[in-house]
Amino acid sequence: MATHAHPKRTGLWDWLTTVDHKKIGILYLIAGGFFFLIGGLEALLMRIQLMYPNQEIFVGGSFNQLLTMHGTTMIFLAAMPIIFALMNAIVPLQIGARDVAFPFLNSLGFWLFFLGGLLLNLSWFLGGAPDAGWTAYLPLSGKNYSGMGVDFYVLGLQIAGIGTWIGGINFLVTIINMRAPGLTFMRLPMFTWSVFVTSALILFAFPAITVSLVLLMFDRLFGGAFFEPALGGNIVIWQHLFWVFGHPEVYILILPAFGVISEVIATFSKKRIFGYSAMVFATVLIGFLGFMVWVHHMFTVGLGPVANSLFSIATMLIAVPTGIKIFNWLFTMWGGQIRFTAANLWAVGFLPTFVIGGMTGVMLSVPPADYQFHDSYFVVAHFHYTIVGGMVFALFAGLHYWWPKMFGKILNETLGKIGFWFFFIGFHLTFFPQHFLGLMGMPRRVFTFLPNQGLELGNFISTIGAFSMTIGTLVFLYNVIVTATRGEKASNDPWDARTLEWTISSPAPEYNFAQTPLVRGLDAFWVEKMAGKKKMTPAEPLGEIHMPSPSILPFIMSLGLFIAGFGFMHHAYLIVIIGLGTTVVCMFLRSIYDDPGYHVHPDEEEVKA
Amino acid sequence: MAQNFTSLPAHPETATLEGKNKVLAFWLFLGGEVVLFGSLFATFIALRTSYAGGPTGQELFDLGLVAIATLLLLTSSLTSVFGVQAMHRHDVAGMQRWFGITVLLGVAFLGLEIYEFMHYYHMGHTMSSSAFGSAFYTLVGFHGAHVLGGVTWIALLQMQLAKKGLTVVTAPKFYLASLYWHFVDLVWVFIFTVVYLMGKVG
Repeated sequence: MATHAHPKRTGLWDWLTTVDHKKIGILYLIAGGFFFLIGGLEALLMRIQLMYPNQEIFVGGSFNQLLTMHGTTMIFLAAMPIIFALMNAIVPLQIGARDVAFPFLNSLGFWLFFLGGLLLNLSWFLGGAPDAGWTAYLPLSGKNYSGMGVDFYVLGLQIAGIGTWIGGINFLVTIINMRAPGLTFMRLPMFTWSVFVTSALILFAFPAITVSLVLLMFDRLFGGAFFEPALGGNIVIWQHLFWVFGHPEVYILILPAFGVISEVIATFSKKRIFGYSAMVFATVLIGFLGFMVWVHHMFTVGLGPVANSLFSIATMLIAVPTGIKIFNWLFTMWGGQIRFTAANLWAVGFLPTFVIGGMTGVMLSVPPADYQFHDSYFVVAHFHYTIVGGMVFALFAGLHYWWPKMFGKILNETLGKIGFWFFFIGFHLTFFPQHFLGLMGMPRRVFTFLPNQGLELGNFISTIGAFSMTIGTLVFLYNVIVTATRGEKASNDPWDARTLEWTISSPAPEYNFAQTPLVRGLDAFWVEKMAGKKKMTPAEPLGEIHMPSPSILPFIMSLGLFIAGFGFMHHAYLIVIIGLGTTVVCMFLRSIYDDPGYHVHPDEEEVKA
Repeated sequence: MAQNFTSLPAHPETATLEGKNKVLAFWLFLGGEVVLFGSLFATFIALRTSYAGGPTGQELFDLGLVAIATLLLLTSSLTSVFGVQAMHRHDVAGMQRWFGITVLLGVAFLGLEIYEFMHYYHMGHTMSSSAFGSAFYTLVGFHGAHVLGGVTWIALLQMQLAKKGLTVVTAPKFYLASLYWHFVDLVWVFIFTVVYLMGKVG
């Protein structure tokens, strides 16, 4: 194959057409970070409304919209994409690969997510945001009780979901087929392992929400009767399908967080992870059990004591592999040379916080107790302890840890620690009192409460905590700006770390590895360091590297679906045809024009360095 | 491009890393599709007798027509196997012939399905007539959309084959299209059993 010219693209056009997984990782981070701020703002507005009893700032419908969009945005448009940011930025580097298996699909996945999320958020300006809760339970989300907002929910999430699903397949294939020589599955870094299991969960969970959204869309837009009891419909079908997706989804979120914590704690304890094979086993087992427990969201629906008992026991079982992980992290730190960097503070802060979230999870898994906790603030406290105290803490740990590899600069440590303490204290102030608010009878999803019922203090503290978390987030943003303008240039391996991504320059060159490394054990880079070497032994001679060409097609394909989404919700079928037609034409073009790519020659100087 | 057929390996679909990646990714894709159709089947089974006064499966279904459709679709799976065997012999004319017959059989199946849907529509069986109606059209319609996607895909691949010949780039595409076609046929076997046989006599 002939050598093709190196395509030079700059500015916006470069970002719209890139198929480089590291740049796509940065795009995911920017977009996910943007939605995180929007979702956080929505949360703060809700907490302001609930600061004092009988307030009238966001009442009724507007509170319902804030509530729904906060949940939907945080789960689908903030948490998932920031995981995808770390996956894209790090996994190919950790496995010694030049690229992901499908760079074009990777770009398509990002643009589908982004334009789907944009479609969902445009609802604020075009007829009102969805207001039926992030779970969109029928009949609230049916056409009799909700406005156009739920149409945005149905179509926006459908488009974004397809993007996530494509990404899951891409990472499964990448991890199975593209590992460096010697990198067996039982030498895979824990973060890559967790991404592998998470991708498998994405593969099998997302089709379930695709179907649920299709059914709701048919009911709302095309006169279907799936959830219309008068015509024989059954709303519990929605709940089953939604949670067949929704429960694995929380493990899709938390498993990569576990992966990040394993990397950060091992690096900053200067020890290999304790009980590596038990960690792998626990990860796979949690992934498997995550699929078996969706009915614990439906204990009060009335499925009967047998179903409730089985799903209760299956849910409690998850505590076993999770406990294995917690102890292994503690034993990794035990006797280690611990450094409390900002990244490690987040990781260590994660441990007790996540344990509290896990304990309340076991409490909720007991059906008779669940009848009491159900739909109270106790549940709100529980899932924020797992998703924020677990996952968001881990994302901050991962961002501080991998920032040098993503951007070539080290985040300011002092600002990192200040941000951590504001967020950490604020988090516990916000959510710890909510356990007691729930036990005292405060229901979730309410826009106000009455005075003199003992709920004032808890709600007031909770809102103060929300402000503190906001300050922590703003400090992080300030840190990003300070680091970008005058941050310290990062070396290849600023943390004295253990895995392959730290063997190449920061940020990584576009071809990742000039020569594919030869892996000789778990924590491949550390193995070489212990043998007295400064770099990896190459597994191949230096030569030309084939790279995929950039392409605008993923963006246009996603734009087509975005346009079709508007057509569907307005029954404007000409627009649907234009939108879907655009997408199909792009698919056709992609299929008939084979991408020859181009070749680059690795920089000699860099290889010697 | 490698137009010299004697230099093509026996299994050109997995001769390159790209080909291997595509084959693995496609099996995973089908794994996701199993969940997609599994969810649709679960919904249909939950609602299959929710007629709400609308027409029932027993009144609607004509097993003779469905049997002919089944015969067409299952035969097309066989012809696509002959197509892949021709590919392994590097016999481009054979590929054109067998995949051509596959497309024709798929189109004939679609014709019968459209006729069937029109017929039911005139009997008062619509998306809005009952939950059974919604579930029926969604499940069978999703399968029909997959058939349409499959015949379009294979027809386009044949145009590429005529233009580019059999290479390590075009071979994986035919192999995957054939896998997809088997999967679509497999789903139909379940639809034939769960929707039509159980609806008529079950």
